[in-house]
Amino acid sequence: MNKNIYMDNAATTPMKKEVLDAMIPYYTEKFGNPSSIYAQGREAKKALDESRDKVARILGATDKEIFFTSGGSESDNWAIKGACYANKNKGNHIITTKIEHHAVLHACEYLERNGFDVTYLDVDEYGMIDIDDLKNAITDKTILITIMFANNEVGTIQPIKEIGKIAKDNDILFHTDAVQAVGNIRIDVEELNIDLLSLSAHKFYGPKGIGALYIKKGTKIHPYIHGGAQERNKRAGTENVASVVGLTKALELAYENLDEHNNKLKRLRDKLINDITKNISHTKLNGHPEKRLPGNVNISMKYIEGESLLLSLDMVNIAASSGSACTSGSLDPSHVLLAMGLSHGVAHGSLRLSLGDFNTEEEVDYVVENLIDIVARLRKMSPLFENVKEEE
Amino acid sequence: MYTEKVMEHFRNPRNVGEIEDADGVGEVGNAKCGDIMKIYLKIENGIIKDVKFKTFGCGSAIASSSMATELIKGKSIEEAMELTNKAVAEALDGLPAVKMHCSVLAEQAVKSALLDYSKKNNIVIEGLEDFNPDEDHHH
Ligand SMILES: Cc1ncc(COP(=O)(O)O)c(C=O)c1O
Repeated sequence: MNKNIYMDNAATTPMKKEVLDAMIPYYTEKFGNPSSIYAQGREAKKALDESRDKVARILGATDKEIFFTSGGSESDNWAIKGACYANKNKGNHIITTKIEHHAVLHACEYLERNGFDVTYLDVDEYGMIDIDDLKNAITDKTILITIMFANNEVGTIQPIKEIGKIAKDNDILFHTDAVQAVGNIRIDVEELNIDLLSLSAHKFYGPKGIGALYIKKGTKIHPYIHGGAQERNKRAGTENVASVVGLTKALELAYENLDEHNNKLKRLRDKLINDITKNISHTKLNGHPEKRLPGNVNISMKYIEGESLLLSLDMVNIAASSGSACTSGSLDPSHVLLAMGLSHGVAHGSLRLSLGDFNTEEEVDYVVENLIDIVARLRKMSPLFENVKEEE
Repeated sequence: MYTEKVMEHFRNPRNVGEIEDADGVGEVGNAKCGDIMKIYLKIENGIIKDVKFKTFGCGSAIASSSMATELIKGKSIEEAMELTNKAVAEALDGLPAVKMHCSVLAEQAVKSALLDYSKKNNIVIEGLEDFNPDEDHHH
């Protein structure tokens, strides 16, 4: 196989042709500023309104509850800081988890330095929170619960409906970072009792640098970007119309083809998990066996280190990712894997392969074949593997 | 992010393996940090006749071990003692700043193997008096 095999769809996805086609006119002939009153402006405004309406409908929301942002990180930051500052007369306590994306964790840490208290819930070996821990963490000062819908590293899907119910019963705002869930899971914000939801287009075959925040009607939240009157006075800046159109097209395609997408990805995912764990000794699946994203495979390859694994995969044109420190830019391996109880050594050797709509069964076979050789080669070099038997 | 030289040593590492009746063995690093290097030496008449390594670690750790073994093979103990982490990094046409600790580890692994040799043979190697291989290598 001499083409590149991309199995890092949790990092970002390629844009679909239909999405790009839908966007192009909004860069050229339909370039107007939606705030202008003349024809080009009205044309752009119409596209923006229609997009908002479509996005709202897919999420079970209304158009007035959808706010476009520059992506997942902005949506997370806005939701958390905006809601906390707007509700600080009620309390100063936030509940989140140890496995959130850094956009959530670092926003919470920032608030901790500014007078807020944060509880970081533990997770079990599968990356799942304990509902009782959540209930026990609530105090009369709790104003926000922010828990991710599905984890970007290990794919574990949290019991969002239960969390939403608990938040509602206790009159606490509930934000969920659904960046990895949108496009993979059907979501109805009403049914799930979600007050704030973050999404990002580049995770579902849309453009980068565009996302949205769902804000339930009546939610008290401060604006994050101050300026003009765009986005109902809540998020200033001339709207990225072409990207909004792209986000919307990508979202529509994702939900039109959701069952097909899920069935295909789950089949490839389970084959990949099976073939790797059967053919390579000392491997362990990370994350929940069932409650996991359809395209997520995360496996620890004991006795080897993740970066050398990724470099070796790259040499045979396979793009993947790892929880190793060497790839995270810090000295510690993935905070998610550590929170799940993996030792540092094992966490350094984790491999994430995230499947997408463009992957094939042939590619899965190619990856497994190559992985077998690569792991054998790296283990032969590893001093940790000396006294370990192949079979266990 | 890596130089062609690093990648070349990563793809084709020199001197991988073990020496069964090694005269000196040194192991440094730990799995927590993500790098462990083990170096085996065969020494005859003060000359490093053979050297092998095993490494658990990232691309630059493997390349640094490979380069370090190449730089000391056939050299005298005194020459091997002069091997610095800078020399290893330079021979690889440079390492990214965050990966310099890999070259430090390679230097320490060599010294640690030489220390083992000196202890087994009851000799003193100049420069190893204060060397402590268990000291945490700095990142
Ligand atoms: C769970 C999660 N949250 C937030 C983000 C950030 O999204 P963006 O890259 O659009 O800022 C990502 C993607 O990296 C993610 O996976």
